[in-house]
Amino acid sequence: MIIRSARLFFFAFLFFIASSISAQHSNGEEENTSATNTTTAHNEKFNAGKMIMDHIIDSYEWHILTYGEKHLSIPLPILILHERKLVSFMSSAFQHGHSPVFFDHSFDRILPENLNSTENIAFGLAIMHEGKHKSKIAYIKADDYLLHHTIVENTEVGMPYDFSITKNVVSLWVGLLIILWLFFCVARTYKTRQGMAPKGIQSALEPFIVFIRDDIAKSSIGEHKHEKYLPFLLTIFFFIFINNIVGLVPFFPGGANLTGNIAVTMVLALFTFFITLINSNKNYWKHIFNTPGVPWWLKFPLPLMPIVEVLGVFTKPFVLMVRLFANITAGHIVTLGFISLIFIFGNINVGLGYGVSVISVAFAIFLAFLELLVALIQAYVFTLLSALYFGMATEEHHE
Amino acid sequence: MELVSPGLGLIFWMTLSFAIVLFLLSKYAWPLILNSLKERETEIANSLEAARQARKDIQNLQAHNEDLLKEARNEREELLREARQLKDDLILKAKSQAEIEAKQIVENAKALIEQEKTVALSQLKNQVADLSIEIAERLLKSELSADKKQKELVEKLIGEAKHQLN
Repeated sequence: MIIRSARLFFFAFLFFIASSISAQHSNGEEENTSATNTTTAHNEKFNAGKMIMDHIIDSYEWHILTYGEKHLSIPLPILILHERKLVSFMSSAFQHGHSPVFFDHSFDRILPENLNSTENIAFGLAIMHEGKHKSKIAYIKADDYLLHHTIVENTEVGMPYDFSITKNVVSLWVGLLIILWLFFCVARTYKTRQGMAPKGIQSALEPFIVFIRDDIAKSSIGEHKHEKYLPFLLTIFFFIFINNIVGLVPFFPGGANLTGNIAVTMVLALFTFFITLINSNKNYWKHIFNTPGVPWWLKFPLPLMPIVEVLGVFTKPFVLMVRLFANITAGHIVTLGFISLIFIFGNINVGLGYGVSVISVAFAIFLAFLELLVALIQAYVFTLLSALYFGMATEEHHE
Repeated sequence: MELVSPGLGLIFWMTLSFAIVLFLLSKYAWPLILNSLKERETEIANSLEAARQARKDIQNLQAHNEDLLKEARNEREELLREARQLKDDLILKAKSQAEIEAKQIVENAKALIEQEKTVALSQLKNQVADLSIEIAERLLKSELSADKKQKELVEKLIGEAKHQLN
């Protein structure tokens, strides 16, 4: 069953790749007729910082590889909410981010060859390359761009409501599908093998489940109340762990820096934050506003302790967010840095590049192992701290 | 800066997708898995307890069996000892009885021999006396006829008597 579905998945993936390649081909033709002047990546000098940044931040297309001057990447749908109307098109319209896209008053895209006058343009969109909104889609002023030929960054006139299916969103869905498939399989095994010894994936995952239940939930929240939070704790643990691992896979559909994205870790932390708030009892708030066992002068004229405690309520999820983001992003940056060394030295001298590659690959392998460990540790830490916060919020008053 | 500014789209999709997955797993996967785990754990605990109890029972049974065996062995030994004692006693008794009887027989035989001997002696004595009387009678008869002849006769008679006695 597992093999069959894996094969199915593989074929679907191949199909996806094939269709994207053909899409690229037609884009290439479009590029030839395009009025905008694009700089090819070929003549650019290798820039390690830019390369690393491009890898770890979100993107509107999924770049797989570049050979010669051909970019092999999967275009992803762009969804913009403009004046309460959803405008959608494929990211290939941006020509890998080199050219802006313009829309007429009925919110239809104006093809590059029809860009004769600026009168029928309602709004223009472009991916920013520099500045505050780097690699995000922003509104641009069509007149300035088309008539005065200024660069897109100088014509920016605001940010749209951007609900695009970016690389990270696709990676998120891949991760979630893996999780759903994995645990529905495991749940079915538990059902069919009732009262029998675990088998297959079930026996691989059972130690984790039991560990989260006994050593995280039960010990932090308590014998009786932990069951309510267990589904959430298990879900975030496996979400973070599996997405960390997927993020370490260097080729499609892995490699997106999902758990190292601040938006993702923010949502996870907010889930923990709201679950804590919803389930907090009177005792928890009493500890915050009238902390017992603290001298009265820390509370009375100037409410120092309450201020600190209220701040603590917000710093706890904030720290969760930053910790996961920083750990995973740092891992990606360092690994990519080692790989960049090959090309930095290769630019000086090709032989030197090959020489350095041995050391760089050795370090990258070492880091990959370290990152595997970090993937598990960060999932564990996030889950454990969430469980501790739930435990604090639901702790009963005892003298 | 772009690294730490969360994108609106990603937040939206993340919240939506994660909430859906959380809901699906919490509804269909986790309860099944956790309940099965709990059931299996209680089952294992119960089985272990049952095994422990069974072991205890077997131990008790074994101890009981050993006691029984020991008792049986003791009883057998007791029986054997008694039988041996009985045998020895019987042999001893039989021996003494036999000795007494043998003595009796020998004594009886001796008495009988003595008796027979006295009877024979008395018979011999009577015969000798009869012979003597006869001899004396014949002597007396021949003495009356001639002296010489008488003497011959006596000697002849004595010779006869001797022959007869031998």
